[in-house]
Amino acid sequence: MSALLVVLLTGVLTAIACALPGSFLMLRRLAMLSDAISHAILPGIVLGYFLAKGPNFALGLLGAASVAILTVGLIELLQDVSNVAGESAIGIVFPAMFALGVLTISRYYANVHLDTDAVLFGNIEFAPFESLWVGEHHLGPQSLWVTGGLALLNALFVGLLYKELQLATFDPALAATSGFSPRLLHYALMAVVAVTSVAAFTAVGSILVVAFMIVPAATAYLLTDDLRRMLVLAAGCGVASAVIGFVLALALDASVAGAMASASGLLFVTAALFSPSHGLLARARQLRRQRLEFATETLLLHLRYHETLPGEEHELEVAHLSNELRWTPRFAQRVIAHAQRSGLVQRTNGHLALTEAGRAVAEHLSARTGAGLERARA
Amino acid sequence: MKDDCAQSHSDHGFAIVADDVTVTYRDRPAVQDVDLRIPPGRLAAIIGPNGAGKSTLMKALLGLVPLAAGQVSIFGQPVARQRRRIGYVPQRSSVDWDFPATALDVVMMGTYGQLGWLKRPGPRERKLAMQCLDAVGMTAFADRQIGQLSGGQQQRVFLARALAQQADVYFLDEPFVGVDAVTEKAIVELLRALRDQGKTVVVVHHDLDSAPEYFDWLVLLNVRLIACGDFRQVFTIANLRRTYGGAMTASIRHFEWLELEKHQTSAPIS
Amino acid sequence: MAWLSLLADYTMRNVVLGSALLGAVSGALGCFAVLRRQGLLGDTLAHAALPGIALAYLLTGQRALPVLLAGAALSGWLGTAALIYLSRATRIKEDSALGIVLSVSFAVGVVLLTFINRQPQARAVGLERFLLGQAAALTADQVELMALLSAGVLIVLVLGYKEFALLAFDAPFAASLGWNTTALSLLLTTLIVITVVVGLQAVGVVLMASLLIAPAVAARQWTDRLHLMVWLAAAFGAISGVMGAWLSASDRGIPTGPVVVLVLSAITVVSLVVRRVRAWLARRAAKGEAER
Repeated sequence: MSALLVVLLTGVLTAIACALPGSFLMLRRLAMLSDAISHAILPGIVLGYFLAKGPNFALGLLGAASVAILTVGLIELLQDVSNVAGESAIGIVFPAMFALGVLTISRYYANVHLDTDAVLFGNIEFAPFESLWVGEHHLGPQSLWVTGGLALLNALFVGLLYKELQLATFDPALAATSGFSPRLLHYALMAVVAVTSVAAFTAVGSILVVAFMIVPAATAYLLTDDLRRMLVLAAGCGVASAVIGFVLALALDASVAGAMASASGLLFVTAALFSPSHGLLARARQLRRQRLEFATETLLLHLRYHETLPGEEHELEVAHLSNELRWTPRFAQRVIAHAQRSGLVQRTNGHLALTEAGRAVAEHLSARTGAGLERARA
Repeated sequence: MKDDCAQSHSDHGFAIVADDVTVTYRDRPAVQDVDLRIPPGRLAAIIGPNGAGKSTLMKALLGLVPLAAGQVSIFGQPVARQRRRIGYVPQRSSVDWDFPATALDVVMMGTYGQLGWLKRPGPRERKLAMQCLDAVGMTAFADRQIGQLSGGQQQRVFLARALAQQADVYFLDEPFVGVDAVTEKAIVELLRALRDQGKTVVVVHHDLDSAPEYFDWLVLLNVRLIACGDFRQVFTIANLRRTYGGAMTASIRHFEWLELEKHQTSAPIS
Repeated sequence: MAWLSLLADYTMRNVVLGSALLGAVSGALGCFAVLRRQGLLGDTLAHAALPGIALAYLLTGQRALPVLLAGAALSGWLGTAALIYLSRATRIKEDSALGIVLSVSFAVGVVLLTFINRQPQARAVGLERFLLGQAAALTADQVELMALLSAGVLIVLVLGYKEFALLAFDAPFAASLGWNTTALSLLLTTLIVITVVVGLQAVGVVLMASLLIAPAVAARQWTDRLHLMVWLAAAFGAISGVMGAWLSASDRGIPTGPVVVLVLSAITVVSLVVRRVRAWLARRAAKGEAER
């Protein structure tokens, strides 16, 4: 397998593995806990390195996962026992753990395989060069086995426990009364996040793990209102970020992990702007339409009011209207055009008049809202 | 009326029994030494001033908060063993309305307890959920994301979810808050129908004006239990005074005034 | 003692003084951030500053501190704007917004750093010191700039103490008094941006969160009064700043940030434990009184 392909596949599989538990972290408002965990596992990895007297994946994983669970427990302890607010508890625990790890590395393992650069940026570029051996058999790059296994494991976790995770996230109280311990599920999710962080950590470093966990999930959150679809979309966004980032990194000769995480940011911004349901543009358009519809109702009521007063035809000129209702002339034109298009208003030699349909709507409106006439007068 | 709730030899026949229940938050009791009994087939209200621990008491009855002291039993068994017989409607303010879930998704959640771990909901659960949505008149909104519903519609969906739990005891935390008058009436009708089927319904409620019309069993609470029993016997000026203390609301004054009128026409009550 | 002789060194004295001042300012300022439940804002802003530093160098070709700090402040500010926009105008919740801004801006920073590292004089630029902090590498005029900025933050904090205190305690009430709470909270955020930017050199991007949060939480364990809390937090911050600078200066291989953070964590743990013990003793005394 070509070395480049191994790098790309490692990125893609890491993205899938991260996006699935990341989606639940985001929905549980624990996004920053992924930041905490991905930093706090460092001393665990160092511990594994120390125990194995060298790089050893299994021991590193074990050490890191146990430290991660310890971190989550410590954060909860600070919150429950000492009344430290959630985000402060996170901000106390993970820097301490990370500092411990960095200090140990720079003091005892400086310039060895484990250096601080790898901690901060990961070394996905080296993924092709570490092979998995079972006895004499060469099974290909270790990173593919690890990230692939993790992606599969996480898909199974989310797939099998979908119902339980959905319920415990949406309504922990109902989960508890239905016999699904939210605490157990919480810690199961945390364990999955921890193991995933360790694997992702070796590929992309401790800070970019957060990008892989949260950003694709948030992108999917802006695109759909269906949890199942959201999980699939999150994984999809992760894959797309990995591919786009890989291409960008090759083109610009830049850090692969950095480019992949940047690409996920790019996708997120695109969704935040253009999502048909929750994007900025869609919301603005919706707001504009609501304003126009409201204004049209006001116009109908206003015309209806003046119809009841004799000899006030001049009121119904466009210029007067915009003056009276305190609309800018442009907005007034838009409202009138909209009302005309809808067949509610017609223009006869400079004067506006209600059509039959318009009068019916206006009467319905003023009957429904007692204040209708008030609004028309204002 | 205090006798209705005190510990007694035979607790058989009560749907809900709580003895000496105490719950503390940060060393301060939120609910203290509460004994209460609610018979089956009743529509009961837990009423008290702000900070009286109404929601906390409900959570204690549901087994959602650790008890500092005391015990709760549902039909003679500890809550933990009776979970499948309990339905629950949380406070509206505690719900994440942006959650990616449709009305149908939410109602389906009511069936999860019967399913147990790992089993997925199938067509049977789906059918049940649709029936429950129908019972609250929300079938047309099954595929709507819950945040896009009005306050009243949201409350109906959560009520449908409780129905889908097919429970014997229902707990509702402030179900009428942020709900329009039509929905309030509809919810009350549904709760009455449940009671008439022999179910027990417990509601945390704060509106004294509507309480006499809606409920037939009353728990008055202000951290400690003030009184508990048949609504008409417990709902007295003296008890309300003891419950609300100095914080006499306009409604209590209103009741006091009504009571005065009664005094003029008939013999004094207490 | 060996490390005492370090004080005799002029540069070293500067570094220690600078770190102490920085610790004090971030400790004091952190109290308001923590009380407003914005503890992790500093974390995100520190990460958001990284692309600004890299871009400032790439665009100007200068490695003078004022240029880099200006870049950092600018991108920190942009990060704040993104945060506010995301959590107000979209359905994204605040914690996710923090995570997104933090990780994506760091990613962009990492990409930019690879461009810089490709240049032949990359090592000399030494932007890496912003990641984990290297106070010992500070020159005298850099310390001077840090001191100046910290003093500025401190003066604003003292002048606006009453306003910030009320903002942290009860923002709606402050608004009802007719105060412009949006402007106030923007000012407070700006102070945090400046402090973070100043602190980057000393403790680095990754661990800046701790310098804002830990002193405040530790101080909170000793007192229930805000002004005492602010003083104590400043003192804790200063002590750990001094210790960090000293220890890392005595061995060039050790980055400052982790040392500062570990000292701070030790102070925090002691404070938390003492608080629990005192509460336990008080309860026991009360019980004894009741029994008598």
